[in-house]
Amino acid sequence: MIRFHGVTKTYAGGTTAVDDLTLTAPTGQITVLVGPSGCGKTTSLRMVNRLIEPTSGTITLDDRDTASLKASELRRGMGYVIQHAGLFPHRTVLDNIGTVPRLLGWKRAAIRERGMELLELVGLGPELAGRYPAQLSGGQQQRVGVARALAADPPVMLMDEPFSAVDPIVREQLQDEFLRLQGELGKTILFVTHDIDEAIKLGDQVAVFRVGGRLAQVSDPAYLLAHPADDFVADFVGKDRGYRSLQFQAAPRLTLHPERTALLGERPDSGRDPWVLVLDDADAPLGWVDTTLLAGPITREDLHRGGTVATVSGSLRAALDAALSSPSRRGVIVDDSGAFTGTVRAHEVLTIIEHTERPPLEEEAVT
Amino acid sequence: MTWLSSHWSDVFSLARDHVYLAGLPLVIGLLLALPLGWAANRSRTAYPVIITTTGLLYTIPSLAMFVLLPGILGLQILDPRNVVVAMTIYTVALLARTVADGLSSVPAEVLQAATGMGLRGTRRFVTVELPLAVPVISAGLRVAAMSNVSIVSVASLIGVSQLGDLLTDGFNRVIQGELVTGIVACMVLALVFDTVIVVGTRLLTPWRSTQVAPA
Repeated sequence: MIRFHGVTKTYAGGTTAVDDLTLTAPTGQITVLVGPSGCGKTTSLRMVNRLIEPTSGTITLDDRDTASLKASELRRGMGYVIQHAGLFPHRTVLDNIGTVPRLLGWKRAAIRERGMELLELVGLGPELAGRYPAQLSGGQQQRVGVARALAADPPVMLMDEPFSAVDPIVREQLQDEFLRLQGELGKTILFVTHDIDEAIKLGDQVAVFRVGGRLAQVSDPAYLLAHPADDFVADFVGKDRGYRSLQFQAAPRLTLHPERTALLGERPDSGRDPWVLVLDDADAPLGWVDTTLLAGPITREDLHRGGTVATVSGSLRAALDAALSSPSRRGVIVDDSGAFTGTVRAHEVLTIIEHTERPPLEEEAVT
Repeated sequence: MTWLSSHWSDVFSLARDHVYLAGLPLVIGLLLALPLGWAANRSRTAYPVIITTTGLLYTIPSLAMFVLLPGILGLQILDPRNVVVAMTIYTVALLARTVADGLSSVPAEVLQAATGMGLRGTRRFVTVELPLAVPVISAGLRVAAMSNVSIVSVASLIGVSQLGDLLTDGFNRVIQGELVTGIVACMVLALVFDTVIVVGTRLLTPWRSTQVAPA
């Protein structure tokens, strides 16, 4: 557990980067610090591993004052991931990952073994072990950065905009894998980002900062979307917060409807409704076809791929999006193994939304 | 060619002296420039002081340096150590700036990551900063090597022998073959120095010769 107690950072010129910050990052959870540039989120993070020393206040790690620990030992006990990864260009991937174990005096064989294990954990092939950072793509470099931070299995991870410098598709992959990894590892994570979508997706707890280094609101993402503490937070969280908050609401009560389905190579009649859902051998949906446009048996080229697919155990947001994006206006729902189970219409999802409670307003909302 | 064929062993022995008088200062100069460049890179106030002072040393004419140094160092005028010291001063003059600029070329996020993982001080300098500054330092070292091979020939005027002797003697006695041999020998030597530095740099920086993979 990381605790900020009344932490302030003022620079010589009189600028206040962080103003009286009191915040707890619970053990085993992801706490995201989010805010516009100049709000003090990165300064706050760097005060934890003492790259920056606070002007006043204390930061404790499991109730021990970090100022009482030796800076280099404190840092070796915390994984640190930054934007652009900051890999050593003159070291191979494996040597980069082994940085902290080497500092801790591990045996060579143990460092190597740990390195190979981490490569696999972050989804990189063993053939990359001997490459230099310049031979990797941005996304691969960032994975190595994460592996390097995890090398000595530190209980705490500090992550400073780790996914900001990669393209949106890679970023989403990295975020998904990061969440999967965290599910296995359960680290105490402080994560800095300027992207509210990333904060809401990754955070167990989100701390919104305003310019001038003041904390505007701390809460779980669903609560943040439902009850922004003030105009600044409401504005920062964004205009489509009502829609996005649906992602935190499970959709178990959906009534599913059967659907006319076909396999590739079949030639269904054009019935009353022209749209037919095409499945593969394992019942996984491939796409819709418009039977009025079919000239022969269904081929892959005939498939309409615009529709998204939601899972039964997924969120209301995914179910609604499946309905809205479907050319037949019927959202495709699959079970957890990916097999088609039924369809749902947008108005049915909306009916459920109307009967769903919003997160109740807490008496002691943090401001 | 006829002159060279009858003076082969003289040229070889002068070349050996030339290598010693130009090469040893290169090594000593680099070792002295490392702490100077490090100090210059560390503080914004130290940088102009160190770089301007060392840079000015390069403007002292070599002949004046060769004549003045024996008095300052208390050595015989014919002592080759005078030349080694003079050439070391020129090397430091060229390399202090190069080392400082090489160290400042290390990407900020690499340094930040290193510090954030608990690497600091001398260890960070030796394992991260210095290896990454090698390409820039090597470029400066190549210039200093050329400059040394060229300047050291002036030492013939104060009686310390090396390939420059072929130039002064060839000029005084109007022997064209000797003059040409002296010039070509200096150029060959400069090329040898350059090749050694380039190969050494390649060996020290295997990470630079690698292709960038497609994203």
